[in-house]
Amino acid sequence: MRQLDSFPGGLVLDGQKQRSTELAIRQAPLSKVLVLPLQQHIGEASIPTVSVGDYVLKGQVIALANGHVSVNLHAPSSGHITAIDDQAIPHPSGLSASCISIETDGKEQWTALSPVEDYQVLSAHDLRQHIRYAGIVGLGGAGFPSFIKLNPGIHHFVDTLILNGVECEPYITCDDMLMRERADGILDGLAIMRHAIKAKTSVIAIEDNKPQAIAAMQAALSQHPIHNDTELVIVPTRYPTGSEKQLIQVLTHQQVPNNKLPIDIGIVMHNVGTAYAIGRAINYGEPLISRIVTITGDNVKNAGNIETLFGSPIRDLLNFCETKWQAPSQLIMGGPMMGYQLSSSYLPITKTANCIISGVDNAAPEPTPMPCIRCGDCATACPVNLLPQQIYWHARAKDLEKTSEYNLFDCIECGCCNYVCPSEIPLVQYFRFAKTETMNQEQERQKSDVARVRHENRQTRQNMEKREKELRQQQRKAALAASQAAKQADKETS
Amino acid sequence: MALFKLTPPFLSGTNRVTDHMLQLLIALIPATIALVYYFGTGVLINIILAVIVALAAETLMLTLRQRPIKPFITDGSAIVTAFLLAVALPPLSPWWLTTVGILFAIIFAKHLYGGLGYNPFNPAMVAYVLLLISFPVEMTSWLPAESLSNSPITLSSAFQLIFTEQLPQHIPIDAISAATPLDMMKTQIGLQQTPDQILHHPVFSLFAGEGWLWVNVWFAIGGLFLIYRKIISWHIPVAFIASLVAISLITWLISPETTASPLFHLFSGGTMIGAFFIATDPVSAATTPKGRLIFGAGIGLLTYIIRVWGGYPDGIAFAVLLMNMLVPLIDYYTQPRVYGAGR
Repeated sequence: MRQLDSFPGGLVLDGQKQRSTELAIRQAPLSKVLVLPLQQHIGEASIPTVSVGDYVLKGQVIALANGHVSVNLHAPSSGHITAIDDQAIPHPSGLSASCISIETDGKEQWTALSPVEDYQVLSAHDLRQHIRYAGIVGLGGAGFPSFIKLNPGIHHFVDTLILNGVECEPYITCDDMLMRERADGILDGLAIMRHAIKAKTSVIAIEDNKPQAIAAMQAALSQHPIHNDTELVIVPTRYPTGSEKQLIQVLTHQQVPNNKLPIDIGIVMHNVGTAYAIGRAINYGEPLISRIVTITGDNVKNAGNIETLFGSPIRDLLNFCETKWQAPSQLIMGGPMMGYQLSSSYLPITKTANCIISGVDNAAPEPTPMPCIRCGDCATACPVNLLPQQIYWHARAKDLEKTSEYNLFDCIECGCCNYVCPSEIPLVQYFRFAKTETMNQEQERQKSDVARVRHENRQTRQNMEKREKELRQQQRKAALAASQAAKQADKETS
Repeated sequence: MALFKLTPPFLSGTNRVTDHMLQLLIALIPATIALVYYFGTGVLINIILAVIVALAAETLMLTLRQRPIKPFITDGSAIVTAFLLAVALPPLSPWWLTTVGILFAIIFAKHLYGGLGYNPFNPAMVAYVLLLISFPVEMTSWLPAESLSNSPITLSSAFQLIFTEQLPQHIPIDAISAATPLDMMKTQIGLQQTPDQILHHPVFSLFAGEGWLWVNVWFAIGGLFLIYRKIISWHIPVAFIASLVAISLITWLISPETTASPLFHLFSGGTMIGAFFIATDPVSAATTPKGRLIFGAGIGLLTYIIRVWGGYPDGIAFAVLLMNMLVPLIDYYTQPRVYGAGR
């Protein structure tokens, strides 16, 4: 039995997971138009390879990875490309970005798929390329291209591969349901990942509020070839245990050092959904064109988890689950702690969309904050051991240097401090603001540094030119004087 | 139409500043009852007067500073300040003493520094020290516990004393003014008595002052309730009490003939109200866990030094203010180790 560590602070929250786990995973109806943002991952946006009017097959590549930190994008269904232009995307800022729109023809005609016969004979590099071409990114929420995290590099040795099935945010149950229903697929993916990074052991972590997922995973694991060196660990339910760094601390008693990555201490972590997607990509050749999305909340009658093609409008899913449309209500993408408010229900589902909430129970009303009374509840709740009250004080005074001294950049924006604050101060917003400001200033500084260096170089160059000119002039003068002197001498002698 | 929060987290806890203050007031009730039991109804009159003056001063200052009145009046912070100062004052203090103290606490120590959350010093203690320095006679004339007096003070005579300062005919002066146990201990030790001999004097019972002992016990119980309810953290009271016990134990072991026992110090004067209610005022106290230990220990130590070697019988108010000054420094140098930082 593994001895678990814990992190400071955190919160025990009302999970609200019951209502979205009563029905099995359902398939979303095919939407008429799918809108696919070219950037659904961290890194560079993909480059379209299709034009308006083209007919595409389900699973066909429609945009190629651009540079290293990027992945391919595939058509989730067959149909015609109707537009490649800027559309509103789900993003906290409410931005628009380049998207490919597909009008589906309802035939769901697949492109030819090329599954890998035996992944064990493939090199790690080839496996990663397959995963990259399949467009797979972290499905836990961040959307970082998975193939990069499967490349430990020649200087690193992977001790433990952690599969994150913690799902600590309230309301979200897509990983829970995936583990209940498709445990085998997850383990297949895990085996492939282990092969790619040559991990010594693997650990699957699940919070103890998911007994059915635990049972399903345990049953599947006991039958699976990787059961010998894979451990299923049940972790106590506490937010934010699912956060990468906190889960590493809980499982391994280790902390990822500042400015380092988990790989630097021999750990790689992936989400269970990502593992499942990798399994499908390698064993069946299926690219990432859909995901499981939790549709839940007070206004949703048939809450549950829906396997949804990317690009489907959120509105279609909400209608499919019989959502009451009532004002005032808000739509939240992600969980209620770290998610963001959606500006519209017409926005598309993307690779990182794990949950849509319509109507949060006990939703916090827009507060009128009181002054900070320095009670320190925020510091007690902080899983990273920060002093939010001090950072807030300096952020308010726009003393950015001080906020950094108080380790602002170690803040994971989990919202625990904000949740417990008796003065209802929007601490997370202050911290985001201070971070952005600091980064802007840093950029400005770098820019002005570059400009200064350029200016200095120019001055040195000009000085040198001037000196050379003077030198030439002197030489010319000397030559002239010499020749005149010679002439004079000539005259005198003649 | 309810406006929802636009930014995460969309959930929030239920703890509010007002609840915080309300719990504090609840925790003060047992000790207040004990105070009334031992020192008469004058305590209640003081409290009511103080609260009324505090609310008036708070409203006035909020109006002058153009701040919204309702949220800041209902946060309860002014009531807590008033309550703490009122129970720290002698039970039969003249009305003007209480009024001057509260006005100074609310107007100068709190609002002129920016109001709730911005005062570097504990307002109740600033006012206490002001009164102690300006009106030493009034501030040190505590009445003996009622059980020691042949002529208990009735409600009407308490009224008369507080508002007219006229001594009712049937009441002798020593019924309303006597040396406090801390005072007595200090002066008698100065007269070459040993603490054991001094404790035989009727103002003492067991190992501390009659009445004072139980008032302190009830303050401590109220304080434990606050720790249990997570309104205050254990760090400051524990460090305060530990350092007070440590220093008094050391001096007592070295020289039991000339110093009072740790038990005496624990249950005398304002020790428990200081440890659980005054030093833990979050606004003016240190805020890091380690910092709170240093802050509390500093107050315990300074309290003892002032009590035994200083010019005043009790030193809590001075100790708290002195440590308040060090808070920014303490907080800066006691930041906890952040996740992933080098050891």
